[in-house]
Amino acid sequence: MVRWLRRQMNILDFALFSLRRRKARNLALVFVYTTVIFWLGSVLLFSRAMQTQAARLLEESPEILVQRLCAGRHELIPLEYMDRLRGIPGVQQVQGRLWGYYYDPGSGANYTLMVPTSQGSELQPGWIMVGRGVLRSFAAQDQESLTFRSYSGDFLRLRVREVFSLDSELLTSDLILVEKDDFKKLFGFPEGFATDLAVRVRNPRERPTVAEKIAQLLPDTRPILRDEILRTYQALFDWRGGMALMLLVSALLAFLILAWDKATGLSAEEKREIGILKATGWETGDVMRLKAWEGLVISLTAFLLGSTLAYLHVFHFSQVLLAPALKGWAVLYPHFSLDPTLRPGDLAVLFFLTVAPYTIATMVPCWRAATLDPDGVMRGQA
Amino acid sequence: MIQLLEVRKVFHQGRPNETVALDRISISVQEGFITVFRGPSGSGKTTLLSLIGCMARPSSGRIWLGGKEITSLPERFLTELRRKTFGFMFQQFFLIQGLTVLENVILPAQPLGLKWSETRRKAKELLNRFGIQGKAGQKVEWLSGGEAQRVAIARALINDPPIVIADEPTAHLDSRLSHEFMNSMSELKKEGKTIIIASHDPIVCDSPFVDRLVQIRDGRILETGELLREAEVSPGKHP
Repeated sequence: MVRWLRRQMNILDFALFSLRRRKARNLALVFVYTTVIFWLGSVLLFSRAMQTQAARLLEESPEILVQRLCAGRHELIPLEYMDRLRGIPGVQQVQGRLWGYYYDPGSGANYTLMVPTSQGSELQPGWIMVGRGVLRSFAAQDQESLTFRSYSGDFLRLRVREVFSLDSELLTSDLILVEKDDFKKLFGFPEGFATDLAVRVRNPRERPTVAEKIAQLLPDTRPILRDEILRTYQALFDWRGGMALMLLVSALLAFLILAWDKATGLSAEEKREIGILKATGWETGDVMRLKAWEGLVISLTAFLLGSTLAYLHVFHFSQVLLAPALKGWAVLYPHFSLDPTLRPGDLAVLFFLTVAPYTIATMVPCWRAATLDPDGVMRGQA
Repeated sequence: MIQLLEVRKVFHQGRPNETVALDRISISVQEGFITVFRGPSGSGKTTLLSLIGCMARPSSGRIWLGGKEITSLPERFLTELRRKTFGFMFQQFFLIQGLTVLENVILPAQPLGLKWSETRRKAKELLNRFGIQGKAGQKVEWLSGGEAQRVAIARALINDPPIVIADEPTAHLDSRLSHEFMNSMSELKKEGKTIIIASHDPIVCDSPFVDRLVQIRDGRILETGELLREAEVSPGKHP
C-alpha cells in the first residue's frame, strides 16, 4: 500500500514537472478554462441565490392573493368581497391592498407605489417611505421630498420620512410606501375598491382547497398561491440563466475546440516522450496515470479558481458582470448583496460539466500513444 | 544469457511497403561481456536491440532471456523486464527536454514506488560517478553532447539493470568522448553487467574492451565475430 502510494506520488510529481515545462501553454489553458468555469459558475450561483432569496422574501407575503379579472385583465376588486372570503373555512385574515405603478418621465423609470398594510408602518398624510433606488433615480430636487404628477395633472409633493435599509433593497429598491389618502389622490382611486386582496391561511395543506373555493365563490377572480409566485420566480431565473448561458455558448465552444485540439492532437514531442517513458520501463497504466494527473491538475486548478472567483463575483462584488443580463431591471438596478448559497449538487454539476469531460478527453489519445511499441523511439520514428 | 532463434522482424507485413528488417537471426549473447553489433545504417542493428530489449516482439522466431522464453509475454511483463533487466541508451539520447538532469535520471525509477530520498541519493551517486554532479539542477537542453551522453548512461543505470543496451552511443560524440564512453562501458563490465552495443563507429568496434563483434547487413548476420573469450554463435540452430 505504501509502495503504491509512493508510486502515485512519484507519478504526480513527474506530472507537475511535466506541466511546469510548458508553462505558457498550460497557463493559457488554465486561464481560458477558469474563465469558462467562472462564467458558468456565476450564472449558476446567481440564479440559485436569486431563487433562494426570492423564496425567503416571499415567506412573509400572503399565502393567497385574490385579483379580479375583467376580460382577462386585472381589475380593481370591490372591498365587499372581503366579507365573503372571510366566510370560507380556514381563512385566517383578509386584507385589501392598494398598490400601483407610477412612471416618472424625468428618470424614465417605473416605481411601485403601495399603501402599507402591516401594523407599525402607518404613515401620516403627506409622508412617504422610499427605497434607495428611488432616491438614486427619481428626478428629486432634494433627498427630503419627491414631487408626483397626479392623474388630474396636479402636482403632489410628499416628504420622505424614511429610506429602506440596504438589506431589503432587492425588494424595496423601486418601492414607495404612501399613505392611503395620498395614494387615492394621486391615482384618482375609487372608494370601496382595492388593487387586490391578501388572504392568510393558517394550514399550508388547506391553501389549494381554499384557493379552489375562492375560484368557485368569486368566479370573476383569480386566486394566486404564494407557491405559484415562487415557481414563477424560479422559472424566470432559470430562463434568464439559460439566456446568459446561450450568450456564453461561443466561449464554451471555443473552449471545447481548445480542449478537443489538445485532446486529439498529441504533438510529436508528446508522443516521443510517451515512447521514452515506455522504453525506460513505464507501463501503459503509468503513462495513463501521468496524463490523468496532468489533466486533473489543470482542470482542478481551473475549477477551484473559477468557482472561487464566481463565488466572490456573485456574493461579494454584487454580480457586476452579470447584472445587466440577469437582474432584469431597466433603470433601477438595486444594489444588494445576496446571501451566500452554495449547494453541493450545483458544484457537482459544474464539476462534471467541466472537469470530467476535459480529463477524459485528454486520456483517449494518450491511451492510443501509450499502447504503441516503444521501439519506434529507439529507431527515432516516434 | 540472451538467445535468439530464427528471429524475423517484418514491418508493414502484407502491405506493398513490407520490409524485412531481420531475417532468421539466431544468436546467443553471453552475460558479463561487451558485445557489439556492427553494420551499416539500415542493417537491422536497432531492430535487433529492440527485440533483445523487449521493446518489440518478433514477427516469428523465439527469444529466451536467462533461460525463460519471453517471445510471447504480455506487454505488462515485457515492461517489467525492461524496467528491471535493461538500461537503455538511445542514439539521440532521448532525454526529456525541459526537465533537469536529476529529473531525467530518476525517470525510470518513478513508477517503482521507491522512497523519493532513496531515488535521489542513487541518482546523485550516478551523476557523481560520471562527473556531472554539478549539472544536477540544470535543464538538459543546455548540456553538451558529452554531458548529455553521461546523463543518458546515468539514467540507464538508475534501476541497476544487469544488461545495458546502447544504440549508436557515439554517433554524436567526438573521438575523446567516444573513448571515454568505452572506458565507462568497460567499468560497467567489470561490475558484472552485460553490455550490448549497436554501432559502426571504429572507435567502438575496434575498442580493446569489446569482447565480441557481430557483423550484420541487410538483416542477416554476416560474420559471427570469433573474437575473444566465449564467442558463441549458432545461426539456424537451437541455442
